[in-house]
Amino acid sequence: MSADIQTARPSRGAYFRIAAVNSFKGVIKAFNSNKTSWVGLGVFAAVCLLAILAPVVAPYDPIDQNILFRLKPPSEAHWFGTDYYGRDTLSRILWGARISLTIGLLAIGSAMLIGTLIGLVAGYFGGRTDIIIMQVMDVLLAFPSLILGLIVVAMLGPSVMNLVIAISLTAIPPFARIARAPTIAVKNREFIEAGHALGYSHSRLMFGHILPNIAPEVLVMGSLWLATAIRVEASLAFIGLGVNPPTPTWGGMIREGFENILDSFWLALFPSLAILIVVFSLNLLGDGLRDAIDPRLKGEQ
Amino acid sequence: MTAFILKRLGFAAITLFAVLTIVFFIVRILPGDPAMAILGDQASEAALKALRVRLGLDVPLYQQYVEFLGGVLVGDWGVSMVSGRPVITEILKVLPATLELTVASLILGAVVGIPIGVWSAVRRNKLPDYVARIGSLLGLSFPAFVSAVLLLMFFSIQLRWFPVISSSQGGGLGEHLRNLALPAINLGLIMAAYITRVARSAMLEVLNQDYVRTAKAKGLAFAVIVWRHCLRNAMIPVVTVVGLYLGILIGNSVLTEIVFNRPGLGKLIVGALNQRDYTMLQGMMVIYTLIVVLVNLITDLTYGLIDPRIKYS
Repeated sequence: MSADIQTARPSRGAYFRIAAVNSFKGVIKAFNSNKTSWVGLGVFAAVCLLAILAPVVAPYDPIDQNILFRLKPPSEAHWFGTDYYGRDTLSRILWGARISLTIGLLAIGSAMLIGTLIGLVAGYFGGRTDIIIMQVMDVLLAFPSLILGLIVVAMLGPSVMNLVIAISLTAIPPFARIARAPTIAVKNREFIEAGHALGYSHSRLMFGHILPNIAPEVLVMGSLWLATAIRVEASLAFIGLGVNPPTPTWGGMIREGFENILDSFWLALFPSLAILIVVFSLNLLGDGLRDAIDPRLKGEQ
Repeated sequence: MTAFILKRLGFAAITLFAVLTIVFFIVRILPGDPAMAILGDQASEAALKALRVRLGLDVPLYQQYVEFLGGVLVGDWGVSMVSGRPVITEILKVLPATLELTVASLILGAVVGIPIGVWSAVRRNKLPDYVARIGSLLGLSFPAFVSAVLLLMFFSIQLRWFPVISSSQGGGLGEHLRNLALPAINLGLIMAAYITRVARSAMLEVLNQDYVRTAKAKGLAFAVIVWRHCLRNAMIPVVTVVGLYLGILIGNSVLTEIVFNRPGLGKLIVGALNQRDYTMLQGMMVIYTLIVVLVNLITDLTYGLIDPRIKYS
């Protein structure tokens, strides 16, 4: 599921509006232009807070088994019910958020770094370098990412680190594409030409002058890809390639809940809603911000 | 036209070759000895050696590579390490089920997504637009297995409209369609969410064109402008994006097949992963690559059908 909503609208040199997003005021303005971004940010921040505070706010130990309270429906003691081993579903969801967010943030963080670097180099140098690099990226993009992730995790074994590697591998090519387009647009502007005339080095121009101009676009795509990464991690866990049990993961909980779906619907329902809330909030956030920095939509409001 | 097709075919061949090379090396660098994986660590050295010869693992790597590429070309994709049957036979057996599911969901996605996208663009920044935008964003936030589980809970378990577990082969056409319905709805609604968004933004761009204003000025009915003049131009990005979303569709079909227990490539690949069936995995990657390359080729060639202005050069 690599190509995503972000590929729906190929970025076409959004650079001249981006300059305005580089200040704190600009960021607030971008958020205000589409109020749903605030909603997305608020919900996502709340989820992050709950994940960080999981040891404090979770009512029970997430891996503590209680055979006497097996498969209990939601009640006052267990808001989201209990699972096959009598573990508290709410506590497992709260702890599971840590796994999802850690893997998602690490995977997208590294994909963003590597992919942006590749796109920056390809766009800046152009010519044959560009053609070769982007050809390789296109070949990688051609392969369905869930299948690629599946095989990499199956090869390396399911651990947090290996899941991060698998998911970031699938997200590098799109980030290279995202970074390349505005780089090409920015590199032909006067201030870069002036830099050349002053004898600035390539790396100084790339990192000091072009990168800040393309960063907003890359970061906005980052929030959309974080949503994808969380979805892919959950999907892999559902297939059985998630972090090993008893560590709670949302995908793994749905997998277990699915086995008892006929009599204990809450086991699959609540983790499903948790994934949906996080992914939806990130999509709301990224989608609204992208509209704000896309010049083609400027005249619409 | 011929030159364009040849050029695209050449590009498809290069992509195919590159991915096949990657596939070959990925499978080879898998940790562990495939022979030992099959026979277990209690197997005698002689048995292991015999199996390595049978799997063609005893010859140098470059020779394995040449044999692999040659084999792919002539349809000899090796033999499943688990079942002992030819990989290509096993794949072709389940391929129709997966194709049926994906084609049905693509049609559903287009039938639902395009009209909503157009409507949303025409009523821009009005209530229908907001509903369509939020709804489609929600739709593409669903991991395919989550929506599948929820659909199953509601329609099969609560309402009992559809079977909980699709019975495999057998049964008449009605039974067949009943089994296909829920998985296709699951994949189709997610596709519809993606298509709605592309159709909307493509339509918005077209609606701002001068010729639309001219058409309005000369008094053409708005419905005619939208459906006959604009939609055709807006379809180009939609087709591109549907091609791009093939990867998502494939990933989602794997998850859907697992939840609904449908035979198909998805169940086959998960089975191969669990049993460490390397030759089968290799074959699966080859078939997925073939599908992706082929669909990209078709997507490129479709442009000309929609937009006669596009010259294949």
